[in-house]
Amino acid sequence: MATSPSADLKAQNVDRDTLTESPLRTSHSFTQRRFFRWGEWIAEQLTRLIAFSTIAVIGLIFLFIAREAIGVFSAHDTYPSPPSQATPEVYGAEPPEAASPEVYNPEAEPAQPTTERLSSPAAGNTPSQQPLPLLQNLLSTTWQPVSAQPKYGLLPLITGSLKVTVIALLLATPIGVLAAIFVAFFAPLWLREAIKPIVELLAGFPSVVIGFFCLMVVGSFVQETLGTTYRLNAFVAGIGLAIAIVPVIFTIAEDGLANLPRQLWEAGLALGARPWQVVARILVPAATPALFAAVLLGFGRSFGETMIVLMASGNAPLLSWSPVEPVRTMAATIGAEMGEVVWGSLHYSILFLIGLLLFAVTFTLNSIAELWVRQRLLKRFRGLTT
Amino acid sequence: MAAPIPLQPKIRTFELNVYYGHKHALQDVTLEIYANRVTAFIGPSGCGKSTFLRALNRMNELIPNARTTGRVEIDGINIYDPNVDVVQVRRRVGMVFQQSVPFPKSIYDNVAFGLRLNGRPSKAELDEIVEQSLRRAALWDEVKDRLHHSALELSGGQQQRLCIARAIAVNPEVLLMDEPCSALDPISTAKIEELIEELKRDYTIVLVTHNIQQAARISDYTGFFYLGRLVEYNRTRELFTNPQRKETEDYITGRFG
Amino acid sequence: MTQRYGFQREWSWQTLVGVAFVATTALAACCLLGLSISLLGHFSIGGLPHVTWEFLTEAPRNNNTEGGIFPAIYGTVLLVILMTLLGVPVGTVTAIYLVEYAREDAAFTRWVRFGVNTLAGVPSIVFGLFGLGFFVQFVGKGIDRLLGLELMWGKPALIWAAATLAVLTLPVVIVSVEEALRSVPRQLREAALALGATRWQMIRRVVLPHAFTGVLTGSILAVSRGAGEVAPIMFVGAAYSLPELPKGLTSQFMELGYHLFVLSTQSPDVEATRPLQYATTVVLLLTTFALNLTAILLRLNMRRRQLMNR
Repeated sequence: MATSPSADLKAQNVDRDTLTESPLRTSHSFTQRRFFRWGEWIAEQLTRLIAFSTIAVIGLIFLFIAREAIGVFSAHDTYPSPPSQATPEVYGAEPPEAASPEVYNPEAEPAQPTTERLSSPAAGNTPSQQPLPLLQNLLSTTWQPVSAQPKYGLLPLITGSLKVTVIALLLATPIGVLAAIFVAFFAPLWLREAIKPIVELLAGFPSVVIGFFCLMVVGSFVQETLGTTYRLNAFVAGIGLAIAIVPVIFTIAEDGLANLPRQLWEAGLALGARPWQVVARILVPAATPALFAAVLLGFGRSFGETMIVLMASGNAPLLSWSPVEPVRTMAATIGAEMGEVVWGSLHYSILFLIGLLLFAVTFTLNSIAELWVRQRLLKRFRGLTT
Repeated sequence: MAAPIPLQPKIRTFELNVYYGHKHALQDVTLEIYANRVTAFIGPSGCGKSTFLRALNRMNELIPNARTTGRVEIDGINIYDPNVDVVQVRRRVGMVFQQSVPFPKSIYDNVAFGLRLNGRPSKAELDEIVEQSLRRAALWDEVKDRLHHSALELSGGQQQRLCIARAIAVNPEVLLMDEPCSALDPISTAKIEELIEELKRDYTIVLVTHNIQQAARISDYTGFFYLGRLVEYNRTRELFTNPQRKETEDYITGRFG
Repeated sequence: MTQRYGFQREWSWQTLVGVAFVATTALAACCLLGLSISLLGHFSIGGLPHVTWEFLTEAPRNNNTEGGIFPAIYGTVLLVILMTLLGVPVGTVTAIYLVEYAREDAAFTRWVRFGVNTLAGVPSIVFGLFGLGFFVQFVGKGIDRLLGLELMWGKPALIWAAATLAVLTLPVVIVSVEEALRSVPRQLREAALALGATRWQMIRRVVLPHAFTGVLTGSILAVSRGAGEVAPIMFVGAAYSLPELPKGLTSQFMELGYHLFVLSTQSPDVEATRPLQYATTVVLLLTTFALNLTAILLRLNMRRRQLMNR
């Protein structure tokens, strides 16, 4: 019954198209209906405009942070840089045994040429007031913004950020990825249904609470078990960050693994592979782009995290590779000092410059995760239905 | 015609029942499948023919809520016996799916996959078996220059033949094929049918197909499933020329709702 | 070919590797569970006994070392309401554009999508800088200059903190509303269009009512995220200690998360205020979890409906 009216209509249309000769009737029914609907057009353009705002916001963030940061090169308290001196001095003079290779990350390099390129033309024509040239100051190894002779060396902050991030990733990646493998492939259904909401709960912990937990519990625990000199140090902050990013890594990895084409699983088993062999040899390798994306996003998240580090790292801007010494990261520096700084001063501009650097790093990471990883995934499963 | 090999039962099923939850998907199937013959199962969608096929290497166990009763004997051993290792079953009963499922690896690694599961065969051994399997799947000439390219670069028909090569590389005794040609064009279909004809010298082939002509063309025995029951099972020529049951006749002559 | 008999289990070292592999993954999952449970347990035991009626309804006294957190609760509620009003409409409309109008392959669509994903990854402290640089320094000072006021809008304020959080939570809203819109069955849309509805009528009358749960879920998730963020509002309007409640959009305000930070790191006597710190944590956690739980339940319900529609 329900289909009969539409069938009738269809039959009528066919009649009209093929049998009716009258040009009047066809022209009436087919050409007259295309008139312009203003309401529709406005609705579409309006939604489009608002959708554009998300792109605009990214631009605005960059623009307005850069706008405040540009003060670094034009503010009243800048000074010319002698052409020959613009090199970092102490960076290479670190004790070689302290420079453990796993903590070293080439990510630190791009930051330096950027500042160099930006600063050299501007620094040349500003009046001199202080003895230390700006560029050299930025690349020095001391961060001492509030003193008679302020020192704005970014190196301890950059290495600090990298240090805690690497610690966090080393802790969180194995746990997150392995747990994702367990939940996606081995866990019985009821356990899977139980674990996922609990991890979502963990993801919902505000970072200030995790920071507080590190401050109260993890710090003392680490000091008692490892016998560290300082209660709050890079390792404690790393644990805090790991708590924060482990749900992120878990969720993305689990998503990537669970969304693999189901047929891969059956095809593997049909060849006589044991379940774990299918997982280890087919499914996990097939999901590497997703796992990589998970780690990248974990990196981005912990590199830019403020509250946890601010509360748990000890906040001393030391340039050292030791994981159990206090550390100060870029984000925590902004968080700690922006509240007390004089607006418009050099210190203020440099904090924005650090923010710009943070933004650039996370933007790059996201772009890689977004463009590169997704393309790889798409390419890999062309032809296989998920 | 293939050389006459004496008729020997390879697989026997006794009162095989499969339930999906409350749905009785397969009811009391008892039959014998003969070695070195091609046995085809036909029937409308949802009639239980794929369920039956998947019962032969215990793939139904992967479906939540699926329950199987009855016996499936391969060479006289009930594969549903609690002492039987399902992995061993699947190694000896290979399967090719409706949709080709190449792993996202190279062509070579796809074929070598099953061989690497137990122990580490030497490179020379692997090379040899991979080449042999690809040759038998009539794919060697098309891929020999790009063995280490991704298997996903192959066309649909080539992918399906790769899956056959992958299945026969582990040297199974039975090859189950679940509508292997339904997603392929006529030329690829012809190639695969030719291949099946070729392979039956060494394997017992069980085929599920939607395509009645295909069953008539390549199978020696044909079974007709309808509403979860095996309605009729006979030599292909008999079944197509002289069906005993009205449902069978209606189906093969196309008079089916 | 040698005939093989039987299907007996063969022991091999592969079996051992398999057991070890599965056990390792299970152990990792246990770690994750243990972590969640110990965090929850720690704060419940440490904080729940100190959450009293006085604590919830009184203002802090004596430089934050005594009294309650009512201004912080009030400020947080006000903040997230304002944030929702500012952010959710924009996010919803963007999601409508992405699902209903955008062609998936168009460059513009890809850019919008890229924008959403990038926004989701920007560190929260950078949003704080953005709020300071854009809302306070540019928009706020601009309004002051325009109206000829002296320093009314161009300073840290409730409205700018809410706006900053609205931008920060935009991706959360977009993603969940998008999911909700996509869960509206195709047949429903087609039925509406076949009855002669225009696209906008179809969205207005069929899609949006159907996706209402999703919009709600998005808002709740955004609120929960926003309520827990401290870094972005630290210098855009949150106050260290402010016994009186905010009077208008340009007032400063207290916020739960920031209050916890202040209590645990900036207080003159950190040890003495420990019960206050734990109690504040519990209130903050209960708020975010209640919100998250609602969102999870709503979403589950929505997904179940979506599955039934298939």
